[in-house]
This record gives sequence, C-alpha cells and structure tokens, in this order.
Amino acid sequence: MNKDEIENLITLSSDLRWKIGDDFHDSLAEGIYADASEISSASVSKDNKKKKFRLDAKIDRIVTSKTWGFPIMFLVLALILWITIIGANYPSAMLADVLLDVVHPFLKGLAASIGMPWWLDGFLIDGIYLAVAWVIAVMLPPMAIFFPLFTLLEDFGYLPRVAFNMDYLFKKSGAHGKQALTMSMGFGCNAAGVVATRIIDSPRERLIAIITNNFSLCNGRWPTQILIATIFIGAVVPSSLSTVASMSAVIGIAILGIFFMFLTSWALTKTVLKGEVSTFNLELPPYRPPRVLKTIYTSLIDRTLIVLWRAIVFAAPAGAVIWLISNIYIGNESIAAWTIDSLDSFGFLLGLNGVILLAYIVAIPANEIVIPTILMLTVLVTGVTGGEGAGIMFELDSVNATGDLLRSGGWTLLTAVNLMLFSLLHNPCSTTIYTIYKETNSLKWTTVATVLPVIMGFVVTFLVAQIWRLF
Amino acid sequence: MENKVNSACETCPQFNAKGLKKLGVHTDNIDYVVALAGNPNTGKSTVFNALTGLRQHTGNWPGKTVVRAEGAFEYNDSKFKLVDLPGTYSLLSTSQDEEVARDFILFGKPNVTVIVVDASRLERNLNLVLQILEITDKAVLCLNLMDEAKRNNIKIDERTLSRDLGIPVVPTSARFNEGIPDLIQTISEVASGKIICKPHRIKNVPKKIEDAVEKLSTEIKKQFPTIPNSRWIAFRLLEGDDRILKALRTGEFA
Repeated sequence: MNKDEIENLITLSSDLRWKIGDDFHDSLAEGIYADASEISSASVSKDNKKKKFRLDAKIDRIVTSKTWGFPIMFLVLALILWITIIGANYPSAMLADVLLDVVHPFLKGLAASIGMPWWLDGFLIDGIYLAVAWVIAVMLPPMAIFFPLFTLLEDFGYLPRVAFNMDYLFKKSGAHGKQALTMSMGFGCNAAGVVATRIIDSPRERLIAIITNNFSLCNGRWPTQILIATIFIGAVVPSSLSTVASMSAVIGIAILGIFFMFLTSWALTKTVLKGEVSTFNLELPPYRPPRVLKTIYTSLIDRTLIVLWRAIVFAAPAGAVIWLISNIYIGNESIAAWTIDSLDSFGFLLGLNGVILLAYIVAIPANEIVIPTILMLTVLVTGVTGGEGAGIMFELDSVNATGDLLRSGGWTLLTAVNLMLFSLLHNPCSTTIYTIYKETNSLKWTTVATVLPVIMGFVVTFLVAQIWRLF
Repeated sequence: MENKVNSACETCPQFNAKGLKKLGVHTDNIDYVVALAGNPNTGKSTVFNALTGLRQHTGNWPGKTVVRAEGAFEYNDSKFKLVDLPGTYSLLSTSQDEEVARDFILFGKPNVTVIVVDASRLERNLNLVLQILEITDKAVLCLNLMDEAKRNNIKIDERTLSRDLGIPVVPTSARFNEGIPDLIQTISEVASGKIICKPHRIKNVPKKIEDAVEKLSTEIKKQFPTIPNSRWIAFRLLEGDDRILKALRTGEFA
C-alpha cells in the first residue's frame, strides 16, 4: 500500500459521500431491514392456529402496571429478606457454635500445650481467628440464601421489569434507568453493585450509580439492623406486635436508603455531575423458568464464596487491630479506652457514643464485625462481666443478654435508632472503597463516594438527636 | 425424533472419539480464535459456558456481560480460543459496547465468528447478522433458544435459512446443552476450511449508493488485495467513520 493512494482513496470517499447525500445511513439501515425481512419470511413459519395463551404478556401487564408494579416489588423484596433472615438464623447459630465454642477453645488449648506466649496466642487466636470466625458465622448463611434467591429472580427475568418500573424515578433524579439493576445488586453486596455499573454507558450516570450504591443496605448491615431493631424497637410495643414492629423498622431503613439514593443522585445531577439523561432501550426479555440447581451452584461458587473470601481477607487484620488496641496501654488506659473517652462527647452530639464511633472505625474493613466490636468495647469501658476479657469478641447467648449489656453501657431507644441510621449512612466498607477506586480510577471520586455518606450520617443523626432531646 | 437421534449419538462411545475437552481459561497454544457475537440476551454466555466448561455468570437481562470473557476448548486435536463479546443490536452506530464487538470482529480477525440469535426473534436479530456477514466470511449461525421458539409455535426451515445466508445454521438450546456437539463440529469444519461460506451481502441498497460502494470497494481492493470486507469498509467510509479512516492510514487492514 501507498500513503498517497490511501489519501486519494479517502478523498474519493468524501467526494462520494457528498454526492449521495445524507440519507445514506437511513437507506442502508432500510436495506438491511428489507433483506432481513425477505430472509426471515422465506424460512420462518408461525402456526397461528395454535395461538397460545401469552403468559409473558399477562405477567408483564401486572408486574409493570402503574398500580401493582411498586407493591409487587416491595413484596418480592420483603419476601426475599424474610426468607434470608429467618433461614439464616439457624445455620448462623450452628456455625457460631462450632467456630466459637468448639474450635476456639480447642485452638486455645493447642496454643497452651505448645507453650505459645500469651501475646502471640491472643493476637492470633483471640484477634485474627475470632474476627474471621465471626464474619463467616454472621455473613455466610445470609449470603448463601440471599444470592441464590436473587440469581433465581435474575434468571427468571424480573430485574428488567424492576428497571422498567423505576425508570421514571431515575429519570426524574437525573440518573440512568439501569441504576435500578445496580441498586438491586447492592442489596447483596455494594462491591458487586459497583462492578455491575459497567452496564451503564454514560460515564456521568455511571459515577452517580457508583457513588449512590452505598445507600443500598448490604448483607453485612442487615444483621446489625435486625439485631438492634429486635432489642430496642421490638421492646417498645406490646410483645404480640414486636416481630412486626422490628421487621417494619428494618424495611423502613431500607426504603429510607432508596430515598437517600434518589436524593443524592438528584443533588449530584444538579451540582457537580450536570448533564442530560441518556436514553436507552431496555428489552423486556421473555420469562424463563430458572434452572434451580445450576443457579444455586453457580451463585454459591461465583458470588458467595468470592465475596466471602474478600471479607475474610479484610476481617483478619481488623481482628488483630481490635486485640492490639485493647491490650496496648498508654499509662493506665488501653488505646481503646483512651480513644473511646475522647470520642464520647462527639458521639453524644450524634445521639451515639464513643464506643459506636470507635467500632465503626475498627470495622471499616467489614460491616459484619460492628456489633461484636461494640459489645467487646462496651464490656471494656463499663467493666460489666460477661465477656471473656480484653479484646476478645464474643457473642452473648441471648438477645436479652445483649440488650442488658448495651443498656448498662448507657444505651437508650435514641442510641438504637441512631445506630440504625448511622449503619445505613456511613462510609462503604474497604472492599467497596477499593472496588470504587478500581472502577473509577480516580482518587477524587473515590474520596467523594467514601466521605459523602459519612457526612450525611453525621447530619442526620445529629438532627434526630437534637429533635429527640427537645421532647 | 431429531432430538432422540441426537442424544443417542451423543451417548455412543464412538461419538467424538477424540472428543471435546473443555479447557477453561487455558488459552495458550491455540490453533483457532472463535468470536461469539449476537444481540443482548440471546444466550451467548450460556453457549460460552457450554463450550468452555467455565461458569461465566449468566442472567436473564440484556447487558449482563460487561467484560470480554475468554476461554478455550479442544476438539479433535485442535485448540480453540473462544471470546464472548458484549451483546449488541447493531454495528452501525458508535456506542462503546458496539465498538468493542465491532473492533474484535474486524481487527481481531477471528477464524470463525459464531453469531448467536434468538430463534423466536429471528427477523430482528438478522439485522446484526447481515452486518457481521459483511465483515467476515467465516461465520456460523447458532439458532439458540429453540425450546422457546417451539413453545411459541415458531418453525424455522434451517436449510433455507442456511442457503439464504450462505453460512451453516445450527439450532441449539444451550441452556439444556442441546445442539452443542453439532455446533462444535460445525465450528471446527468452518475453521479448518472444510465448510466454505458464501455469506449473504446486503442487496436492497439504492442504485446510487450501490454504485458509490462499488467504486470505493474496487479502490480499496487495489490497496489491500487480500481484504475480505472491502464492501463493508466502503459502507463505513461513506458513513464517515473516524475509526476506519484511522485504520486505513495506519494500515491496520494490511
């Protein structure tokens, strides 16, 4: 080939382009459609006599209807959560039994028999091992139930209908309709939700989806919400209503999260991420009966174990830190006690306390370890006996015992409500932060996505605390 | 009836004597590169998994595949690398996912392009098929989701379709592993040159455009005598596609 001739070729092409006019694109498209129609009519035949009852269309008329679309969506969400919560209880308790009550003492005995120094034994077994064991016991069962259920729904073809229903709201808030899909993924795991934003073409709308994914309450936070709601919200209503009250409180927090997601998307579009909403065409695929066993298998292998592994990788060092700050002393006080004291007054302003704030710092790697950290730190500062000693995470036998311990640490209904709010509105876990950085490749947007929700959490809990104390 | 014969063959020890080996992610020392293209949500990832033994995540919603996945399989002593492309409706516009698919078929020069289509929505899917057939002349049509087409009382005369398109047509239901052995056999025959394709070229084009395309195409062939898709490049030049202009200047087609 020859450079000049290539340039001649390009000149020829622009001359010809000029000659044939600007209806070229349309004529070509029409030509292709005409060919396609000829070819398909020659080989495709449809037996219209046996016109079947169109189940797809019937289902769509209901699940995407203006009246029933949203109630059905919330019902499906509530059902999946209910199955996850109820179903996870038993295996969680079983795993906790084995990992905390059998394996832990066994490891301690083993360490003692080989004469391991107390600090190494504490650091490895009471710190790292217990943190990992806790994450597995609390996180594995709900994930192993939630992810397959979600994948079944995905295989069935329900997700595009959710996107269809919510498209209007997203458009109003200046975001992309497909954000409905990534938001739903976030209810399982925010890191997975952030990766899923790759389906959004426009960089502006993708950033919005990434930044706001954290408002989908993730699997690591559901157990916190449920436990605190059961102890404190369930207790203020007659016992016959306590389950319903605590369930509604949890679902209320989840819906509040969706509200904040829309609010933040809208605010971002009006300020730093201005731009047009891009149109997209969303095909509503036919419903397909899911292949249950295969789906369960692949979602366990591909999602549950991978996400769990990442959580463990981050939980192990956190466990070490908890043990260290509770066992390294400056003067008479451990670093933990010292930090809690200095955070207490700020915590009070937010209707929280120093223990909770420190727990959220320690638990940045994994939201799953917030509650055990809070309990351990509470024991440490109140001097209540019940735990196993400084820096050892534990689980109390019953919900009542946990409640008693927290109340002795000065907890009120306000503390509980604000903890639930703060659990929704705080920085994403480090796994998610790292994923956001990998996906955006920008320190600036990673910082925004990390800091923005914490600020919102401070503002919301501060306002709630001040208004609460007025009455 | 057809299914029964198929399944009997597949269980016979003589079938696939040197057989299929799913190689997962091991894509080294390969003999042929196979691209998987098609509209969104036609089951490309399901076909991909069936061939490679991988467990690429599949889901019933368009746009699920966000990264180009690669895997491999071995069949009758030849190693094939399979590339799962993002689903697209067309290659005529310039959105990003379409560019990924288009660039791979055009510049990645796969030995075979498998076009996965939804059998119940053939006409709409043919839009993309016809565009791909302008780019490459080694293609296989995988008529997927046959189970759904049957349920909707849609019958497709595969022979006529194959004759009209000029490429082999293989009906499959990848979710149930039906038709996959046949697909593999066909891919390997197209790759080895045992099956020669005479792909359909877009016919219903207005005379003045056809003349312009003819003129350009002749010039392109003069510069790049071995090029199989001079006509398609002419289409893109008439559209003013910057990516193609750049490729001409840097000699990517040579």
